[in-house]
This record gives sequence, structure tokens and C-alpha cells, in this order.
Amino acid sequence: MTNIDTLFAQLATSKKKALMPFVTAGDPDLQFTAEVIRELDRRGCTMCEVGIPYSDPIADGPVIQASYTRALEHKIKVKEILAMLAKVSGEVKMPLVTMISFAIIHRYGLERFVQDAKAAGVSGAIVPDLLVEEAEKFSAICKAADFNLIQLVTPTTPRERAIRIANSSSGFLYYVSIAGITGERTQLPADLVDNVSWLKSQTKLPICIGFGISQPEHVNLLKPVADGLIVGSAIVRRVAEAATRDRAEVLKDVGQYVTSLLSALE
Amino acid sequence: MSNASASQSVPDAAGRFGSFGGRYVPETLTRALDELTAEYAKAQQDPQFQAELDDLFQNFVGRPSPLYFARRLTERCGGAQIWLKREDLNHTGAHKINNTLGQALLTLRMKKKRVIAETGAGQHGVATATACAHFGIPCVVYMGEEDIRRQAPNVNSMKLLGAEVRPVTSGSRTLRDAINEAMRDWMSSVETTHYILGSVVGPHPFPRIVRDFQSVIGRETRAQSLTRIGRLPDCVVACVGGGSNAAGMFYPFVGDTSVKLIGVEAGGRSSRPGDHASPLSYGTPGILHGSFSYVMQDEDGQTCDVHSISAGLDYPGVGPEHSYWKDAGRVSYTACEDDDALRGFDALAQCEGILPALESSHAVAHAMKVAATMKKEQTLVVCLSGRGDKDAAEITRLRG
Repeated sequence: MTNIDTLFAQLATSKKKALMPFVTAGDPDLQFTAEVIRELDRRGCTMCEVGIPYSDPIADGPVIQASYTRALEHKIKVKEILAMLAKVSGEVKMPLVTMISFAIIHRYGLERFVQDAKAAGVSGAIVPDLLVEEAEKFSAICKAADFNLIQLVTPTTPRERAIRIANSSSGFLYYVSIAGITGERTQLPADLVDNVSWLKSQTKLPICIGFGISQPEHVNLLKPVADGLIVGSAIVRRVAEAATRDRAEVLKDVGQYVTSLLSALE
Repeated sequence: MSNASASQSVPDAAGRFGSFGGRYVPETLTRALDELTAEYAKAQQDPQFQAELDDLFQNFVGRPSPLYFARRLTERCGGAQIWLKREDLNHTGAHKINNTLGQALLTLRMKKKRVIAETGAGQHGVATATACAHFGIPCVVYMGEEDIRRQAPNVNSMKLLGAEVRPVTSGSRTLRDAINEAMRDWMSSVETTHYILGSVVGPHPFPRIVRDFQSVIGRETRAQSLTRIGRLPDCVVACVGGGSNAAGMFYPFVGDTSVKLIGVEAGGRSSRPGDHASPLSYGTPGILHGSFSYVMQDEDGQTCDVHSISAGLDYPGVGPEHSYWKDAGRVSYTACEDDDALRGFDALAQCEGILPALESSHAVAHAMKVAATMKKEQTLVVCLSGRGDKDAAEITRLRG
């Protein structure tokens, strides 16, 4: 069992749901990313997704895209990100997973990435541009290393395919709430709850919902069906202010924001 | 590759050209890509589809485009006879119209209500806007701000044709960023919108579809060569950015091992990283915009900035079939620097009275060098992929 499997087993026993914030590594610098991760852990977040900045993201909206651009302007490297995670992973309770393009993993080397990420205390990877058809080799490497490969299902995924994705995923299944890019939304699709309910009936994997989720109202709507909720742009937007505001205040704002979501999740 | 005809059997069902190609995109796009794959397979079996496209090629585009003997250019080079495949004479002034009409017909078959596209030099944008105007489909074209500056005449044409041109301000503000933005739009509108991708790049099935629609160039050239020259050419040269005109030109010749095929990339200012746009000459295999191919990337897989005097070649990736042909040894790829391309432009303008696009000027410049090393009885065909009106002001500006 991986850290993530253990975590969801514990959550299921205590009938609790996971809150998973997303942060971009290196925005505005790695030192502050580490501080944000510690703050999220102190506030009681369940898991943290660490976005590895990529020069050509397709699935990301303007907020996360801009954070990647800022991070890469400092010529940040994967090795440096993993070194930061190695330090912080030993200090926090919550498991860490990376959100990373397969372009980076391929170049870095599939086995080397899994080994180095694991050595840095990372429990798994979400690879948004690695479809189930292309995932066989990387999936086998992850499995052999007891490293979770978390795959995505979207509203446009046909149901047969969704089952296939669920069968090849591990740790949890990432359900993308909307057919679109990442970013805060005021409204979520009307059929979202029904779609997730159906998927839950097809797999034993925990299902976490991401994309567009930013408000306590969303949490209230989705907590009956989701095993966890993923919040990205709303946090990245707040963290981005660290470039121009007092960092302690930014950390406090981020902390208060996730606390409001955690309260709604209770 | 020992058997060149094997090249004609790719891609496989997964969109693989050997190890290249495939699909590396967000899950949200898979249903639309599957739908496009299925609809294209049906269209290929539908004689009415091909008849409609052939009619458009003949009566709207002005095909077949001529195969023209460049007598004075040949005399200047002093070697092989240089012939030009005149895609510049197509309606809208470039080969891009071949693909956009085909994909617009697929859009109608899929009952999609809106089209998006990306463009670098603007030729694909103009061709998409034209096809959409022809069929009455609303059209949005993404274009980098730097390219909007460099290619003002085409931006104006797109607007006159009724398309909305959306400036892209991220990254290097060129073609690569325009593709990123078009993909993002498609992510949010995939149920109602078809993305008319403009080159033989991107996720499966785009590289195959675009190659097939552009193959009319090579099929005509082959037939025209047999009729006018009496045999196949000894050498065929085309420029390569994403590589659509070259793929369309080369593909019908792949099995003809007597024909040497040469792709010419944008050599920019020098061979130093960032100074050129030549992934086949200087890049490494990696993933960009949904497929596995040669790309310009750093040690972490981050895409490098590239440079070319030609907006249409200013791209850090290349179609996966070109990568396959390169590794198989079927096509030779080389790079032509900005200054050489300008010399090619001048030579064609002054010897033949033809202003070539800066993209095509790369092929012309290299073809002149190759022709000079060949025998007088040999023949060389250059794909003149587009005309240079769009570049005239930029060339004048560069020359002060």
C-alpha cells in the first residue's frame, strides 16, 4: 500500500473527505513554495498536488499557466524542485503528488523520474497529457516502484472508457468536473453529481474532483459523492500575490482560504 | 529503411509513425479526436466526399497548380533543371487551402457549428477563414502578437473574410503559443467546435489527415513530371516548419527510391540554440502539442524558444512523419539560414518574376545549391508553397 492508499483507507474509516490544494513549484520561488506546503499541512489539508511548471501547458487556464511562466523565468529545474520536496516531505503529514506533463517525464527518463520522485518523498503523479493508451510502460514502472499513477476522467469520456481508465489508475481517480481548462468557476455542471455517482458505482478507487472548484458552495454540493476535492487556481492566484505583497500576509490568506473549504468539508 | 514502400503504411491505428506520433493530450480531447478519426475514415470511403473536394480543388482553388520550368534560375545555377510546383498560385496564395477545405468538409460532416485555428505566417489563418466563409461557418483564428506585427496583410485578409483574429500574448507570441491557445479553446468548446489544425503536427489523427489533404501536391507533381519531363524528377525539395507542404509533396514519392527528397528547415541566425527553428537538424525526440517527434527542448523537456525570419517556420517542433522519414533515412533534412533564404527570395524574384513566401525561399535557396552540383540533364522540383506578398513589407523593413 502506498501513502495515498493508507490515507484514503483512514478517511473512509472516519467517514471524512480529502481536501487537496494545488501549488505551482517555484512561484515565485521554491523557498516560498515550501512555506505554502507547510502552511497547507498545518491547516489540515489532506494531500498536496505540486505542479511542475511546463512551458506549453494545454489543460491549464490563465492563472496556472502564468504561474508556470513565472517559475520558468527563473530557469527552475526538476532536480531543484525534487530537492525542495525531499526536504519538505519529511516535515509534513500530508502525502505529496506531482502534477506533471509527460513531456517532462519522457525527457527526464521514466524510471529515473519515478525513482527520484519517490526518493524525494513524493507518493504519486498526475500526468494530464498521458492517456490510458499511451500509459502502459509508465504505469508498469510506477506499479513496480509502488508509486501511484493517478489518471483522469472527464465529462467527455465515454463510460466504457472511464471504466478502463479507472482500472488502470491507482491511488485515486481524478474526475475533471468540466470539459475545459483549469480555473475558478461560479457554477459547476448540473450533471456532475450524477456522473460522479455513476463512476463511484464502477470502481473501488477513491474519486477526487478537480477543475473549477473554488467555493465552499462547491464543497457542499460535491462532498456527498466525492472522496476528495482538488483546488488549484484559487490557491495559485493567492500565492501569486507573494511577488508583490508581504509573504506572511499571503500565507495567512492562503491558510484562511483553505480553512474555509475545510470547514465546509466537515 | 530497406523497403521505402513501408513508409507508406504509416501511421498505424494509434497514429504512430514508427516510434513517433501518437496522442499526448488531456483526456477531454480524446472523444473529439476519436470522432474525427472515425469521420475521416468514413469520408475516405465516401466517393461523394472526394468528388466534392476535387470539385473545390479544381474550381475554387484553381488546381492543378502548374509545374513550371524556371529557365533563368536554372541557367543561373548552372546544373540541374529547376522546376517549381506553383502552390503559390492557389486561391489564397499558398498550399494551406488544400487542407482547410478538406477539414471544413469534415467539420460539416461532424455537424460542428464553429471552427478555430491557429496561424503563424497567417496563410493557414487566411485559408481557414476562406474555407469557413465559403461554407458559412463562424471562425476564430489564434495568432501570436509578434506574428500579427510581421504579417499585417494576412491579418487584414482574415478580418475581411469575417474571421475573428485573437491575439496571443503569452510566451514568445508566435505560432507555438497560438497552438497552445487554440488547444485551450478547444478544451472548452470541444462539443461544438472543430479545430482545423494547420500542419502535420498535433495529436493523431491530425498528422495523417493534413498529410493526406496536402498529398495532392505530390500526386500532381508526380503525374506532371511524367507528362512534361517524361520521367520522375531526380530530386524534390520543400521547406519544413511543421512540415505540411513537404509532407504533401514527399508522401507520393516515398516509394520512388530514385527520387531524392530534401526537407529544408529554418536555420535562422546560426546553429546555436534559440537562433534557429530546426528540430530535425538540431533537436531531440520529445513531446510537444500532442505528439512525439523531434523538438527543440532543454534537458527538462521544456520547449526552447526558436527563431526564423519566416513566421511560418518559427516553430520548435515538426510533424512526426518527418521524424520517421529522418530516422528511416528516406528524407534528408538540412537547414537554411535567414540570409540565405533572403538570397533565394531575391533570386526567384529577379530571375523569374515570382515573389516567393519567405518559407518557400528557404527551399529555393537550398535547391539552388543542390542543383548546381547536379548534371544538366537531371531535374529538381521545388515546392513553392506560397507567395511572398505577405512578406514584402517585412523584408523591406529588415533591409532598412
